[in-house]
Amino acid sequence: MGVSQTFVGGIHPHELGNGKAVNGANAIIDMKAPAKVTIPLSQHVGAPAECLVKVGDTVNLGQVIGSARGAISAAVHASVSGKVIAVGPATIASGKSVTAVTIENDFEDRWDESVVPTEDPDAGSIARIAAEKGIVGMGGAAFPTAVKLEVSQLNPRPDMLVVNGSECEPYLTSDHRLMLEAPEQIIDGVLLAMKATGITKARIGVEDNKMDAVEALQAAAKDGVEVVALPAKYPQGYEKMLIYALTGRKVPNGGLPSAAQCVVLNVATCAALSLAVRQGRPLIDRIVTVGGHVAKPGNYRVRIGASLLDLLECAGGLEPDVRKVIVGGPMMGNSIPSLNIPVTKNFGGLLALADEGVAPEESACIRCGRCVRACPMGLMPTQMDAYIRHDNIADAVRIGVLNCMECGSCTYVCPAKRELTQSFRMAKAMNRMKNSH
Amino acid sequence: MQKLIISSSPHLRDKTTTRSIMQDVCIALLPAVIAGILFFGYRSALIVLVAVAAAVLSELIYCKATHQKNTTGDFSAVVTGMLLAMNLPASVPLWMPVVGSIIAIILVKMIFGGIGQNFVNPALLARAMLALSWATIMTKFPEPAFGNLAGVDAVASATPLAAGGAYSIGQLFLGNIPGVIGETCKLALLLGAAYLLWKKVISWHIPAAFIGVFAVCYLIGTGFNVGLTVSQVLSGGLILGAFFMATDYSTSPTTDLGKLIFGAGCGLLLFIFRFARGGQSEWCSFAILLMNVVSPLIERVTMPKSFGEVSKHE
Repeated sequence: MGVSQTFVGGIHPHELGNGKAVNGANAIIDMKAPAKVTIPLSQHVGAPAECLVKVGDTVNLGQVIGSARGAISAAVHASVSGKVIAVGPATIASGKSVTAVTIENDFEDRWDESVVPTEDPDAGSIARIAAEKGIVGMGGAAFPTAVKLEVSQLNPRPDMLVVNGSECEPYLTSDHRLMLEAPEQIIDGVLLAMKATGITKARIGVEDNKMDAVEALQAAAKDGVEVVALPAKYPQGYEKMLIYALTGRKVPNGGLPSAAQCVVLNVATCAALSLAVRQGRPLIDRIVTVGGHVAKPGNYRVRIGASLLDLLECAGGLEPDVRKVIVGGPMMGNSIPSLNIPVTKNFGGLLALADEGVAPEESACIRCGRCVRACPMGLMPTQMDAYIRHDNIADAVRIGVLNCMECGSCTYVCPAKRELTQSFRMAKAMNRMKNSH
Repeated sequence: MQKLIISSSPHLRDKTTTRSIMQDVCIALLPAVIAGILFFGYRSALIVLVAVAAAVLSELIYCKATHQKNTTGDFSAVVTGMLLAMNLPASVPLWMPVVGSIIAIILVKMIFGGIGQNFVNPALLARAMLALSWATIMTKFPEPAFGNLAGVDAVASATPLAAGGAYSIGQLFLGNIPGVIGETCKLALLLGAAYLLWKKVISWHIPAAFIGVFAVCYLIGTGFNVGLTVSQVLSGGLILGAFFMATDYSTSPTTDLGKLIFGAGCGLLLFIFRFARGGQSEWCSFAILLMNVVSPLIERVTMPKSFGEVSKHE
């Protein structure tokens, strides 16, 4: 079973069990393709894709509509067949306005001729296919996968592929269902990534509250792929924590996984990579957990570019007591002002929260130290916050605020309900501003 | 549907609040209060009530007078009042808990900015000031009279510390000895301490280091006299102090290593005081108060290493 050492700190959100049970029990539901999709050209880290279509064009399912531009970018594909009816700005979940292509669905699901399997791909062609098919990290960061698979320039070369199946955010179960329903696809993707990078060892980390997923993956695992059960603890799925749990290596502050000789991929990304190679299928849909106060919570396979309004209609609509809607998980996700937002490649969850999602009023810090114990990065949130609230960003930086990964553990445990994470975000932004002048 | 709320993540919060923590401390103190009533009569209850009422009123009046939000709802003034009462003999006149609570709340806590800002333990400093100002009243300890609720005679008894070995370990443990209201019954205090540990209101670090270091020093100092060491651990304010006073959030370090150093310092000081200066029940208060003052320094030098700091140097 290999190593499993967990990081110091972290939290056990009490909702973890409840939300997971409700959402994780049922099979993935295919959401009917909507009449219209709005596909942003920037759904990934890096430069936006370059638009290849214009209003009036007819496009096929899986056809490239945006090509990758520059070293770090990703291609974007049509998720329905039909007619381009608009190219213009759209608001995405982060609040940013980006260029998007709107396609009217002709409901023919007419596959593009570029969608063809690759027989027996060699190492070089796997990364190329990942780039062509627009594969990006589906765990949240949306980093182009092809860039991660290109390791030939790295020194030292990575020797471990770390695969993230921990899904530590409360409520979210999309990866859990995928691991149960398509373990072979995930393992195939892992093997392809190993081939592309020349790495011979892969470890898949899954939290031990999903032992059924561990067993499913174990049954499918072969050729140097190991499945490791990890203690269920938030934020176990954060890259640095996961690398530590699976390899015992620590990524230095400010460093990337490559500094620990690791390449990290999410299980859903691996499955997408497998589909891209074996079927030629680009990233045109993904599994989204719809949870919280909705009529039919569950996991839905949704076309990229479908509006949240369509998705919620499929999930039976919001309940009347909903106060807040979150894209992503409740710990790190964004609250959104409107439902007129398209599903993008890194979109893991849609949560509707009632009063439990409303931030309670702040009171004075009682110095209980719960935040210090919870911080997985070994920081002192209470002390950093005290500096920041006295406009002393320099001292907050000195004691490590830039190492804060904004996981929200400190804010979660704070009995005085202080907005610690927000304070650190602000300090980091102010530090960036100061340095850019 | 109402307008959607936009706020910074995380969007979920733990149920623990400042108020729930303080209420847990009150619950944990109840066994010792009950023991105090059983041993020293109904007057113990009266003193607890007066101290709590005076503490809450002091905070309320201070908030009103300085046009601040009323913070008494967090129950921390109730805790301070209870802790102060635990440190008083049941025979003190009723104005004494009032004066003590005013000192604790106004002088030690509110003037420095309220909860979390005081640099010494409010109840302990109040006890120390009362003991220095009215030494004769504060060192007159009633004899226990189990079950005799009607009252106690304010006879001047020596505490077991001063009496030196006059009481059995069983008496010391059950609290059937002269002393202040909340200090004598170790059984009740340990019940409350177990509750605080179970509810994770306090961690083991401070009490373990405090009692551990004191006991080890005493063992060595007495040439490994186990009986005497055990009776010393069970005497005076050590158990109350280690679990309920030294663990005060505001005046102890937040880091685990800092807590161990802080607790060890308390234990060492208490040993020096008791060993060099003989039995006096306030020594425990002074040991903790002194360590309170250096707590920020301990915290500073025990700041944890951040997660990614190790490998940079490897």
